[in-house]
This record gives sequence, C-alpha cells and structure tokens, in this order.
Amino acid sequence: MCRDPLDPLPPFAFRDETEKELQQLLSRAPTPAAAILPALHLVQKEHGYISTAAMDYLAGRLAIPPSKVLADATFYEMYRCYPVGHYLIQVCTGPSCALLGADRILDHLADRLGIKPGQTTPDRLFTLGRTECLAACGSAPVITCNGQLYEEMSVEKVDQLLADWSAAAARQPGESEWTGS
Amino acid sequence: MDRILTATWGLPGGHTLAVYRSHGGYGALAKALAMTPEAIVDQVKAANLRGRGGAGFPCGVKWGFLPKDLAKPRYLVVNADEGEPGTFKDRAILEKDPHRLLEGILITAYALKVETAYVYLRGEFGQPGQSLTEAIGEATQAGYLGTNILGSGYSLEIVLHYGAGAYICGEETALLESIEGKPGKPRPKPPFPAVVGLFGCPTIINNVETLACIPTIIERGGEWFHKLGRERDGGTKIYGVSGHVKRPGLYEAPLGLSLRTLVYDLGGGIRDDRPLKAVIPGGVSCVPLKPDEIDVTMDFASMTAAGTMLGTAGAIVMDVTTCMVRMATRIARFYHHESCGQCTPCREGSGWILRILEEIEAGRGSPEDLDLLVDICNHIQGNTICAFGDALAMPIRGYVTKFESEFLRHLEKGGCPFPAW
Repeated sequence: MCRDPLDPLPPFAFRDETEKELQQLLSRAPTPAAAILPALHLVQKEHGYISTAAMDYLAGRLAIPPSKVLADATFYEMYRCYPVGHYLIQVCTGPSCALLGADRILDHLADRLGIKPGQTTPDRLFTLGRTECLAACGSAPVITCNGQLYEEMSVEKVDQLLADWSAAAARQPGESEWTGS
Repeated sequence: MDRILTATWGLPGGHTLAVYRSHGGYGALAKALAMTPEAIVDQVKAANLRGRGGAGFPCGVKWGFLPKDLAKPRYLVVNADEGEPGTFKDRAILEKDPHRLLEGILITAYALKVETAYVYLRGEFGQPGQSLTEAIGEATQAGYLGTNILGSGYSLEIVLHYGAGAYICGEETALLESIEGKPGKPRPKPPFPAVVGLFGCPTIINNVETLACIPTIIERGGEWFHKLGRERDGGTKIYGVSGHVKRPGLYEAPLGLSLRTLVYDLGGGIRDDRPLKAVIPGGVSCVPLKPDEIDVTMDFASMTAAGTMLGTAGAIVMDVTTCMVRMATRIARFYHHESCGQCTPCREGSGWILRILEEIEAGRGSPEDLDLLVDICNHIQGNTICAFGDALAMPIRGYVTKFESEFLRHLEKGGCPFPAW
C-alpha cells in the first residue's frame, strides 16, 4: 500500500507484550476483520500513530487486504496516520463547551504554544487539536491530554497544566515524542 | 422520589461490587434466573420502558422482534458510544455504577438467550471503560458472570469493543459494521438487526441507560416501574443540563419532568440571572425551544407534540447573549464533519448548509439564503439511509425559522451582533 518500489517500507514489529495482546486478539476475533479496530488501537498505543508500514504489517498478520486497514485508519477520527508530540492536547469545541469559553481556551493554547490547531511544536512536545463532544458537558469546558479528561477548564487552569507537563518533560529529557502513555 | 439509576452515586466506593450489593445489587439477577426468559420479556413490556438512546423505541417490543428459533447464535450489543452533543449520562453510569449496567446486561442476555454480549464503548471512554473492566473482573470473581452463573447452568461472555471516534457509530447498524471491522456506514433497513445483525445473526442493540433500568424492573415488577412515569413512558430518566446554567449536571426524575423545572430548579437558573434565549432539550439533533415554549413535560410523546424531541434528555441552555447563527453553524460543522458520506443529500447538504451559515455569521449573503437553507433541509430529511440526515435537517430548519430575525440582523449589520463566546 502506498509503497515506493525503490524505497521499501521499514520493518514493523510490536514489543513482546503488545505482540501477546495481538495474538490474544486474533485468537478471539470471530472474523479477521473484527480484529482491525482493536489492532489499530494497539499500534497507536505502542507507536503513537499508525504508519503505512504498520498498516501493511497488520494486513499481513490479519490476512486481509491492506485497503481494509487503510479504510478504517482513515475513517475513524482517533487514528492518526502521522506522528504527534509527547502530549496530545485536544480541546472540546462542542456546543456546551463552546458556550462556556472553549474557543478562548483553544486560542490561548495556540498562542502559548505558538502553533495552530492540528500542529505540533518544533520540540515535538505538544500537539494541539480540537475534538467534538466528549460526553462531559456537565463539567464544561473540558480538554483531554493523552486521553485523560480535564474538566471545568479555564485559561488559568490550562496554563497550570502546561507548566506541569513541561516540567514533567524536563525531568525526563529525550522523551519528546509519544511513548505510549 | 425513588432514585433508581442514581441510588449509589456519590457514595464512597459507589462503583464497587460491595456497595452495589449492599444496596440489593444482583438480587434481581438471582430472581431473573429463576424466571423463564418469556416472563422477563413480559415484565419489560409491562414496564413500558422506552429506549434511552434518543429514539425512544419500546424496549420490550424491540426484544420481541427476535426470531423464535435458535438456528443461529444471537447477540446483545450495548450501545455505549455516547456522542450526541449535550449528552453525558452513559459516561456517568459507566463510571459511577457499572454493576447496575452489568446486572442489566446479564438479565437481558438471559432473557434473550444470548451467550455473547458486546459492549461498544466510544474510543474516548478510557476512564469509563476502565471502570467497567474492573466491574467485570469483580462480577466474574463473584460468580455473577462467566460459566454456570449462580449455579443456573446459564453462561455469558461479555466482550468490550472500543470505537475510534465516529459519532455515526451510535447509529445501531453503523455500530454493528464497526464491530465487524468496517467503517461505520449505516446499513439499509430492512432487514433489521433483530433478524440480520452482528455477523449476520439476530442482534438486539440497547443503550446503556436502558439496560441499567432492567434490574429494577425485575426486582420491583414492570407495573411498579411503569407507574413511576407516564402512560406510554415508564420509569425514571437521567436528565442532563449544561451550558448557561448555575448548576449543570445530571438529575434523575420520573419521565415527564417539566423542562422549566430542569432549567430553573434543578439547573439553578440562568448564569447571572440573565434572560433565557433558547434550550436544546435533548442533544443537538433536537429543535431548540424558545423561552415561551419550555413549559413542556419531558417525555417522548409530549416533546414530539411540542415540535421537537426528548432525544437523550440532555438539555443545553443558552442565555440572551448567545448567537443562534453561531450555534447553528457549530451544529452544522459537527454534522458535516461526522457525516459518513454514503448518502448524497447528507454528504453534500451538510457542507452546503455549513458554507451558507458561515457566510451569514460573517454578515454576508442575502435573505434568500434562509429559504435556501430550509429548502436544503427539506431535501435531506427522509432521503437518507439513516436518521443522521434528519438529525441535521430538523434542528437547522428550527434555528432558521424560529430565529429568522436574528439571521436577518447579521445581514443588515454586515456581521455578528453578539459577543464572542
């Protein structure tokens, strides 16, 4: 899939524990295709995004056409076909959050990080995005970071979170990209 | 009032088996396993329990659509793909009271002669999924789940399946496609899932809150549950309120709660005591109601009679500073983004509507654009495979027709007259 014949795909493999999870998944799935979504989640959990090499690899392991893996990887919003920063921050801009200042929070984060929604900081520490309703409207506005929900947000509170995340990253230098958290 | 669905919310360890059991938890399961499956279905029919996912289809009637023979395996699928903007009740059930859901699944699966149940959780539900996983572990350990449940000879396996960020997968046949590993594109119906569902087998799909009602129905009886609510609408419901209210949150009340009570009493009224402009009663697919329209009872029939829907009963409240064009634009952006793309009226219409609304919000366009918006909505509604097209067309037409003067003011002023959000 999307192969350049002169530039073969890099080899892809899972770490041992993820490989075990995949084998379990394959043994339980009623059809090979039924394993695609959970397997893509495994890829993303381990690698942070879904590369062409990963899709090709999964198609081989599941014995299904690569086009089916590509179709799911691109149809479903949570699957990312590109690398993201160590912290993936997503601001809910659904109606309840929007009414309570989500746009201001998103603009503020974009200003602070010097990037637009959809972009990653040059040090690869932060990726900023927006998301649709996260089913937490009673505590709007909300954001997520690496899947963790943060409720009743404000400009001040996201500033504090940014400071905490930056400090945590400074304590672990070298982890400037997704490490599967 | 009896709190049913929220009885253990807020208690220390309220999500654990120990607390659930101390409130009578899993007593209904033991009772159900001593009943015939048919007797359980009869109780649910008597309860007049209507589906809590938004459509309000009578639950017992849906169950009755399963073929009588057991030629193929049959599945129960739990719809935990909560994504209708304004709705946040299923997340709360999963996080605060997962055992009630599990007991509901167990009783339902036994009644429907199902041996495998799937729970389809939206991909963003990491914490709710964790809570349910722990509950499954506790229940299995205690013998409520697995093989030979409570010595009855009945066995059930529950499989958790995570979605990956697609609103359309809340539509039940898109959800089935997704479990089968395909993009979530709704199937033409008939055949209905009760006949040809998951992996081609008879399948019943129920919402989280619907199934959470089942233990109480078995424990107290269908008639008792029915009497809590309205004539054609049994039981209690978890109502949500968010947006410009002082006390946003979830409140359990019998079917038939007044929308005014939800906004002004339970929700604490409007922030800074400003006047109200509009309420979306049950998720963004509902037509908004104006301040003089909120003296309605929130049950399925009354809300339909009021020209809108009960939907998920997750109300979004907007005060006078709210721009209705901007809200309509936000909703159109959502639907355009989430359209699966297989039906032309929805795929193209949603983008067309969005572009017109963005122009009006910026003060560009002409009054004829309002007629065009209504025309596009009329051509989407009823002309698509699933209800997504209607869910887009009905509210957008509602904003344009109910707040026409506000749309026109944007054009006269050459821009939006309201403050930023």
